[in-house]
Amino acid sequence: MSCYNEMFEGDHVREPYARLREWVETMPDDFRQMKQAEAEALFRRIGITFAVYGEGGDPDRLIPFDMMPRVFEQAEWRRLERGIKQRARALNAFLRDVYGRGEIIRAGRIPARLVYQNDAYEKAVVGFVPPRGVYSHIIGIDLVRTAKDEFYVLEDNCRTPSGVSYMLENREIMMRMFPQLFRQNRIEPVDQYPDLLRRTLESVAPAKCTDRPTCVILTPGHYNSAYYEHSFLANLMGVELVEGQDLFVDGEFVYMRTTTGPKRVDVIYRRIDDTFLDPLCFRPDSMLGIPGLMDVYRSGGVSICSAPGAGVADDKAIYTFVPEMVRFYLGEEPILNNVQTWTLWKDDDYRYVMEHLGELVVKEVHGSGGYGMLVGPKSTKEEIEAFRAKIQANPSNYIAQPTLALSTCPTFVEEGIAPRHVDLRPYCLCGDRIELVPGGLTRVALREGSLVVNSSQGGGVKDTWVLSE
Amino acid sequence: MLSRTASNLFWMGRHLERAETAARLLDVGQRITLLPNTEAGYQNEWNSLLQASGTSALFAQKYGEISQENIEEFIFFDRDNPASVASCLEKAREAGRIVRTALTSQVWDALNVSYQELRRIERQPRSKLDTAGLTDFTTGHTSTVRGAINATQLRNDGWHFMNLGYGLERADATARLLDVKYFVLLPRIEFVGSGLDTYQWQVILRALSAHRAYHWAYGGDITAGQVADFLILNGESPRSLITSLYEAVWHLDGLVRRYGDGVPTSARDKAREVLTGLQARQIDMIFDEGLHEFLSWFINELGTVSNLVHQDYLHGGA
Repeated sequence: MSCYNEMFEGDHVREPYARLREWVETMPDDFRQMKQAEAEALFRRIGITFAVYGEGGDPDRLIPFDMMPRVFEQAEWRRLERGIKQRARALNAFLRDVYGRGEIIRAGRIPARLVYQNDAYEKAVVGFVPPRGVYSHIIGIDLVRTAKDEFYVLEDNCRTPSGVSYMLENREIMMRMFPQLFRQNRIEPVDQYPDLLRRTLESVAPAKCTDRPTCVILTPGHYNSAYYEHSFLANLMGVELVEGQDLFVDGEFVYMRTTTGPKRVDVIYRRIDDTFLDPLCFRPDSMLGIPGLMDVYRSGGVSICSAPGAGVADDKAIYTFVPEMVRFYLGEEPILNNVQTWTLWKDDDYRYVMEHLGELVVKEVHGSGGYGMLVGPKSTKEEIEAFRAKIQANPSNYIAQPTLALSTCPTFVEEGIAPRHVDLRPYCLCGDRIELVPGGLTRVALREGSLVVNSSQGGGVKDTWVLSE
Repeated sequence: MLSRTASNLFWMGRHLERAETAARLLDVGQRITLLPNTEAGYQNEWNSLLQASGTSALFAQKYGEISQENIEEFIFFDRDNPASVASCLEKAREAGRIVRTALTSQVWDALNVSYQELRRIERQPRSKLDTAGLTDFTTGHTSTVRGAINATQLRNDGWHFMNLGYGLERADATARLLDVKYFVLLPRIEFVGSGLDTYQWQVILRALSAHRAYHWAYGGDITAGQVADFLILNGESPRSLITSLYEAVWHLDGLVRRYGDGVPTSARDKAREVLTGLQARQIDMIFDEGLHEFLSWFINELGTVSNLVHQDYLHGGA
């Protein structure tokens, strides 16, 4: 399979990578090793680690960091930016619609069953419109590139996309280790992200909030694999990082327990799932939630970001309809492509997929983290047959997509520098305005030939540059 | 400030100080076993020290036999021992991790490095480690954290809570160490004033890194009365009961000033009352009263202050 290498155009190096090429080729081996060790030490010292669910072992594992940046030129980025913002607007319009009159369903563009019988569809918020009609305030859109001007959206993350702390720390560490690179290349900054996030959250304060809103980040706690990110963002935004036990409902409002008594909270950026928000509304056995929170939310006493129920927009089954949403709500043609997707609950699709398992990527509808998926061309006969049996047992649990020729970026490896497959997750903010910082998280599959970029399966991260004009 | 944040800062301070106490305990024990003539041999001393830290039953159950290796393992490394250096450093770092946003990067750095170093030491063969090295490791790292706190933290309520934890724990530790000395270590009353007595006092002073300071303050011979005075009533001695409590009161006063009338002040009021009680005493009065009785009273009062801190600030008024 031939892939697009983002550094080259035919035989010559593309303009955005020109200076980097020189930097890499003149870098002595021992210097590279020294810098790699320095980066690792920095990450460990600042405590950026992540835990892999269910793998046991070291709870403080480091995510591998690759020092070779991934670069976009301004024009490339502009187009991506338009596409991402367009998609974010459509997704929020869809959420507003399906918790309201359901026009898109009445118009027959999306089957009712996929929406109303979806596990992520939250009956408890039907008819309630959150401030400014925004449901998903931080949307992480996973993109891959297959050619110079060809980008595909792999999935949308409308609930609580993680990883933005890597975007910020990768940049911080690159600036600290290689200041000369930043002097030579004009790179758009990303460090305004925490301020933009705070402004976004403040802009969706509830109706009953009349002063400057008090925002908090709600974390499941320090055992969560993304806890570092939660505390990192709280710190940069200058807001409290709270757990469920810190909050309580009294009358019309939510309060946090402080050393000087109760203090009112107006906006909650939650990093926990819907089901753990309020045991009175969702799961009576939840230890994490705040009893009564949903009542306060529905009566306009507090804002919850993302809004409960936002997950229905990023379901893998709904994904196939996002281009349709763009056309239906915005009257525009989608700028970013969807990957062709076969849904196995349809007979025709099922037949096609079963005949072409060896060429396709098959995913669980609700899976994440690169688990429970089959990459046909990279699998043995036995693996394919084992997966076939799993699909037959429950076809509606799967979707399939063609194996995309993911682009590669030059990456530091044992032997020097070599192409490795990458993807991209930018973070789009939706409040009174829609904002996108120029950059995102580039994940890289460090194993040769591998297409799986998830950190739990040997993936690493890179700094992502957008060059200014 | 969130009550949970305050609570974590308070306990971070306490656990750092407690880690240091454990290391000092190991040092005291080690030195005392170097002393030739005690009645039941060195096993007895170790047992006394374990009693002082309230962990002798746990030790007996898990290890049985008292040996240098077992003791070192138990007091320094053992995660089942809640008062071991490793347990305390881990808990302090855990508390720090939970309240990362309330710490400067220097403080977190120092805390995290001490933990990473601990994990490195844990992977080394025990035969390569010596007691003095372990004690130095602990006091070195806890001092670095302490220094980072004093040099970089905002002087806000969080800073008060950390230092309050330090102050109360330090007062408690010195009181307990003193209590071991008189109530537990010295086998019989007729040993008072003997060579053994004096040697043990020296060890206690050393364990508190205070024997040079003692000489500066008093000069001349080591006597029980003067050492007790130094560790209880001397306001210059950094680990004395009066200094530690004075600092705790100072930080409680800071909280009261900052928070104003709306927030209860029972912890501050109680701490002040205990401090006044200390200031009114002379060392002779304490010996007349009975050192052990005095220390029991003091430790009990500290417990009350600590509970009141929780009541006033750490429950969040809901």
